[in-house]
Amino acid sequence: MSSARTLLRVLVLVLATAAPVAGQQPATPAAIDEKEVYEIASQLRCVVCQNLSVADSPSEMAQQMRELVRERLRTGANREQVIQYFVDRYGEWILLAPKRSGFTLLVWIFPFVAVAIGLLVVAVVVRGWKRTAAATPAARPVLDTEMRERIRRAVEAEDA
Amino acid sequence: MKKLVRWLIPLSAIPVLILLAYGFRVNHRDIPSPLVGRPAQPFTLTSFSGEPVSLETLRGKVVVVNFWASWCYPACYEEAPALERGWRAYRDRGLVVVGIDIQDRVEAAQKFIREFGLTFPNAQDVSGKVSIDYGVYGVPETFFVDKRGQIRAKHVGAVTDAVFRQHAETLLAEGS
Repeated sequence: MSSARTLLRVLVLVLATAAPVAGQQPATPAAIDEKEVYEIASQLRCVVCQNLSVADSPSEMAQQMRELVRERLRTGANREQVIQYFVDRYGEWILLAPKRSGFTLLVWIFPFVAVAIGLLVVAVVVRGWKRTAAATPAARPVLDTEMRERIRRAVEAEDA
Repeated sequence: MKKLVRWLIPLSAIPVLILLAYGFRVNHRDIPSPLVGRPAQPFTLTSFSGEPVSLETLRGKVVVVNFWASWCYPACYEEAPALERGWRAYRDRGLVVVGIDIQDRVEAAQKFIREFGLTFPNAQDVSGKVSIDYGVYGVPETFFVDKRGQIRAKHVGAVTDAVFRQHAETLLAEGS
């Protein structure tokens, strides 16, 4: 009798502790945010492809890299740490967008500098055109009073 | 001034064209690996013959880590005999060749090993983690690890006898 009671107690205890554990288990894989995996993978260059991100490539290597992103996130790494993990192994080449610091900052600044230089060139050229246009009417022959008088007489003669 | 401005626009395109020509012609596999000079990532895999292959247990030896695949023709087929020759020539002096087969089928890989009579340990990297740890872009790629466990050189493409000898002699001559 007492052994049956002990068994019952053990059973209740096991069920009581097992239930929350069983409830928690599916929560662990769900903790990986697939959107986060996608966003990290889309910043990484697929190393065996031409101009494709790890997120977009169906290659085996890209699949393995996405799995590694998940694994890193599962260990508690944040986005920057996961990206750094790949940079440490492949160099900054793995980043589809170059870093906005150091030498690669030039890549971000150069287009703006180029546009500014372009605008300056356009401004100089347009100013040149304007000056030419302003100079042209001044060179046009002006009718002097003698000529005006001759025309008037010619018109009158025609009318008569 | 006017002449200068007229030439400035087409001339400004030249550096951009040079930059593009350079960028498109560079092979990304030739970009120097950030791993050279850094400690080799430890790994433990199971060889095709069922034994564990671990980098940690090889500390104190010169390790040649070769990434290959049976579908990698012709480069992997060219280098396989050279790797086997190198391993046979230097194994008694404390050098180990470790072959890591990536993105491959087991049967095809085993056939490759049989065909070339490879006797050095070969293992498959099923998850791809080891190849990513070594920043591998493709096959074949070979890493030369010194006795202290530092990656000292990376060779992209088929390893020749001369390449193998050069790295093996340099690293074996060093103290541990």
